[in-house]
Amino acid sequence: MMAKLKFDSVKVGDEIPKIEIKGVTRPDFVRYAGASGDFVPLHYDQTFVEAAGIPTVFAQGMFTAGLLSKAVTDYVGIGNVRRFQVRFATRVWPGDVVTCTGKITNKIEKNGEKQIEGDLVVLNQKGEPAIKGTFRAACA
Amino acid sequence: MADKSAVGKTGKPFKMHVDWSKVREFARAIKDPNPLYFDQELAKKEVGGVPVPVTFLQTSAFWTDETSSPGFGGFDLRRILHGEQDFEFFKPIFVGDTLTGVTKVADVLEKEGGRGGKMTLLITETEYTNQKGEKVAIARSTLIETGQAVKA
Repeated sequence: MMAKLKFDSVKVGDEIPKIEIKGVTRPDFVRYAGASGDFVPLHYDQTFVEAAGIPTVFAQGMFTAGLLSKAVTDYVGIGNVRRFQVRFATRVWPGDVVTCTGKITNKIEKNGEKQIEGDLVVLNQKGEPAIKGTFRAACA
Repeated sequence: MADKSAVGKTGKPFKMHVDWSKVREFARAIKDPNPLYFDQELAKKEVGGVPVPVTFLQTSAFWTDETSSPGFGGFDLRRILHGEQDFEFFKPIFVGDTLTGVTKVADVLEKEGGRGGKMTLLITETEYTNQKGEKVAIARSTLIETGQAVKA
């Protein structure tokens, strides 16, 4: 199950299997708040966000990054990620459909390991990137 | 407003015990039902222990106190955005490990932003070492304080 991905079976340009979440919810954000300890009120307190001039609560960036990290670990196997980097672009709102995608950009040898590198993007239903990122992972 | 003089400041080391309940709760929150997080026997057999989700280490940022979190003072919560996050892993991290984290302020920058006016960026770097003294990970974080709340 957690067998490492075979280096020789990966080609530059390969896509990692997508993960699509059909509508993230406020309870998703609250659950992430509890699990992560991120209690910044922007993510669950409607009164607070309205007072700040924002129409509604939005996802913790790291919630969405967590969904994206699962797409990576499903592909390379848990324990094989060597680097995971994300930059937050547009915010994710309740009801948004988020799609986590990735593409292999490079195959390298590093620290005595065969590794792959890839680009990552999380898109919303309008096709806007919510996250752009990269990863590096060890292969067999 | 973040303070430029904070650059180079290093926080007091903090201990992070990697707790299985917390790992499972986190895996649920990111919608990852992978049995390696939930089945200790299986995880031990397959990978040597219950692993942690890729972004799990970031949780330490939310309970460490001010003395371990240099540079955060003075941020206005209504105007905070998380800009970037970057994890680099050197050794496996398992449930039961006790990590020591040390956070330093790598940079404080001011930039002209778009929708939110002038921005202050706080870039921190936290290095995690395990109970055997091995460096296991580095987490780099960019927090942004916008000049005003970013409207939709």
